[in-house]
Amino acid sequence: MNTRVAYIASNTFREAVRDRVLYNLIAFALLLSGAAILVGQISIEIEKLVVINLGLTAVSLFGVVIAIFIGIGLVSKEIEKRTLYTVLSRPVRRWEFIVGKFFGLAGTLVVNAFFMAIGVFAALFYVSHKFVRADALILVALYFIILEFVIICSLALLFSSFSSPLLSAVFAFSLFVIGSFAEDLRNFAGMAHGFTRWLATGAAYLVPNFSAFNVITSVAHEQPVAGQLILNNTLYAVFYAIMALSGAVLIFENRDLK
Amino acid sequence: MPAIEILGLEKTYMVGFWRKRPKCALSPLHLTVEDGEIFGFLGPNGAGKTTTLKLLMGLVFPTSGTARILGHEWTDPSVKAQIGFLPEQPYFYDYLTAHELLEYYGQLSGVPAKQRKQRVEQILQQVGLRDVKGVQLRKFSKGMLQRVGIGQAILHNPKLVFFDEPMSGLDPMGRREVRDLMEQLKHEGKTVFFSTHILSDAEALCDRVAIIHRGELRGVGAIEDLTSSVQGKVEVIWQGSQVPASIKALGAEIRVTPDRVRAIIDESQQDAVIDALRRERQRLVAITPVRTSLEAYFVEKLRHAETSVGSKA
Amino acid sequence: MNQRQKSSTIAAACLVLSLAASSFVLHHVDQLRPQATLDEVLFLSSPKVIKRASLGYDGLMACIYWTRAVQYFGNRHHYYAASYNLLAPLLEITAHLDPHLVVAYEFGSSFLAPQPPFGAGQPKSAIDLMNYGIENNPDNWRLYYDLGFVYFTELKDYKNAAEAFARGSRVPNAHPFLKVLAAQMASHAGDYETARSLWMASYQNTQDKLIRQNAVDHLRALRVDEDVEHLQAAVTRFGERTGHLPASMEELATAERWARIPVDPDGHPYKLTPEGRIEIREPHDFQFATKGLPPGFKAWPTFDAPQP
Repeated sequence: MNTRVAYIASNTFREAVRDRVLYNLIAFALLLSGAAILVGQISIEIEKLVVINLGLTAVSLFGVVIAIFIGIGLVSKEIEKRTLYTVLSRPVRRWEFIVGKFFGLAGTLVVNAFFMAIGVFAALFYVSHKFVRADALILVALYFIILEFVIICSLALLFSSFSSPLLSAVFAFSLFVIGSFAEDLRNFAGMAHGFTRWLATGAAYLVPNFSAFNVITSVAHEQPVAGQLILNNTLYAVFYAIMALSGAVLIFENRDLK
Repeated sequence: MPAIEILGLEKTYMVGFWRKRPKCALSPLHLTVEDGEIFGFLGPNGAGKTTTLKLLMGLVFPTSGTARILGHEWTDPSVKAQIGFLPEQPYFYDYLTAHELLEYYGQLSGVPAKQRKQRVEQILQQVGLRDVKGVQLRKFSKGMLQRVGIGQAILHNPKLVFFDEPMSGLDPMGRREVRDLMEQLKHEGKTVFFSTHILSDAEALCDRVAIIHRGELRGVGAIEDLTSSVQGKVEVIWQGSQVPASIKALGAEIRVTPDRVRAIIDESQQDAVIDALRRERQRLVAITPVRTSLEAYFVEKLRHAETSVGSKA
Repeated sequence: MNQRQKSSTIAAACLVLSLAASSFVLHHVDQLRPQATLDEVLFLSSPKVIKRASLGYDGLMACIYWTRAVQYFGNRHHYYAASYNLLAPLLEITAHLDPHLVVAYEFGSSFLAPQPPFGAGQPKSAIDLMNYGIENNPDNWRLYYDLGFVYFTELKDYKNAAEAFARGSRVPNAHPFLKVLAAQMASHAGDYETARSLWMASYQNTQDKLIRQNAVDHLRALRVDEDVEHLQAAVTRFGERTGHLPASMEELATAERWARIPVDPDGHPYKLTPEGRIEIREPHDFQFATKGLPPGFKAWPTFDAPQP
């Protein structure tokens, strides 16, 4: 059972690579090195800040875009192209298919982020000429970004299991934006009354809450991140991904594949 | 133990904007396929053949009814390891090569790693794709894709193989190859269930056939049985181009070719015709009983269905 | 079918459990980071940066920051916080994102200037904010009123208050009371009537609950102050007439020929101490009262809310 999931995951990864997804790294590298060189020449006392902020924001945004654009087609494309028929006629459970696809996509993003991280540290070294202990915080920020990816992947897969690629992209992107303001949504809910309050609170807990994951600004200012927060975010990402994937499995298990 | 037992499988789709209108794709179907036979599932386009196959594969869920495959519930995942499936106009991951695809499918089917390598090579050889095994599938022609499809269906040595329109889009050579392959499978003791709307293929290959039309089963049986519902006609062939008057008088169906004459007569008229030919010193070539072709049986069944539907309406 | 039902049931159970778990963890995170939305306010150098980061969706961001400002103040106010350092930046950002969001200026005028725990204690910031508002909305008479309000209530700068009201009264369609207020500033700035009309104006011209409640509290306190002053004057008169202090409120009431014992806006009778002071029975109910407080009375102690 587990091996089938692993096979599907590695095939999904292979598909992403052959789809030339990793070429985005070139764009990233150009962006970051351009910025680093520019900033290094101007010497405005905030080179490090710029490199870290820009680098991490780019890792996050590039990754989210890739996650959404690959994720939305993961299931719907297979149904449309009927490549799924010969897969499911084998001893592959439907849920294994979903889980395998998830790990494949998440794996692709982790690998992508890994290479980008190297780029960020390289650019950092270029402008600062040395590393300090506080730079390890960047790894924490990267870890949180990867947790964000995990959530986005699970959502993209959820939408892909029942919706067309275009609609899935719209939904996933909307949830990403709303999720960035989820704390404000909870505040709004707190100020509402009666039924609206229940509805808003429910929505606030249902959408992915990304606010706690974005520590880019504080890391750039070398503010430490609480260990409790790391634990909490990890747990949240895991539970949320399980939730979205359970939904995807539930839908996919009961779908007629016309 | 029968290879397949279909016990009342039925599928009705809800169509329309509000999904309120029922559309029956398959009426409750009862069918049995015996072990080791080549079974043909015939019907015009849209009859429900593909629906039946999808139901058996678990791609689509039945409105009611069950089935047993190789003695197990058709939804039992362990069954999947023993069956192979080639869908209609198959499409595979086009970024993979033939070799990679078979390797991947072998992994998913649970073929042990040691055997897998060997088996993949063997299959590639068998379906004639050895030379292009490193080429990405997006570059494959339709015929080549069909071969890959067959390959993945038999890769894990299944006991039962399902083909959906396996000859579609193939040239005569390709069709011949597929036919040979199916014979080969039967020879190996496997059961083959295939759907088609090309009757000559069915006639040539199948032990038994079923005819389905508009979601309903119209007839089942062995080829000989179905086609021997003869009307008692006989075909007489003699050399030359002359037709004795007495034979003409019989009102028989006569066709004259440059060196032969063919006449179709009633069985009862057989002796009279032979006498006439002997009298006229015509050279008899052959006398053969006329079997209803499968096509005729098929058409008749369909027409019967139309009229009965018409009378219902 | 069986397999499918099994998988579906497990998936459904996972969904419900993980939803519960993630909600729980989320709630927990909230405790860890109260006011986390305001972190970036600490780090960002100016409202201009936020404006640029909004990618043109200024209006929406203004609404979001406005909500955060109200939430921030409301929460801390509830617990009588000692500091409200982020209120000014939040309101400034809101105003920069949407200079026409008038309610932000109103809020600022009510709560930026007063001392903690009733406000941020930054009257200068309040004045600056009002002026920014006027600059961007020169035809909105309310903003001139808000400006004058700050000068009057916190800074007791009656000259500037009068000027603000006067400017406001010249705006087309200005509420007539602005002229009245401007005139009153000139000679009756210290009168109860003036203050009362100001707070009444505040109450009537806003929809915001906090601002209204604030106005009500001030009006009640004014009533109390006025009552205590009159009652104290009555005690003095009594003393001058009889040579000694009244023994009780009833005695004073009889002497002054009042129909009944005087009560505060809550219906509690005022106290007459043996030393002849008039006091409010429940001083905690009248946060803004300046008279009638027992000696050594401290207002609610302030609490240090989580930074900042």
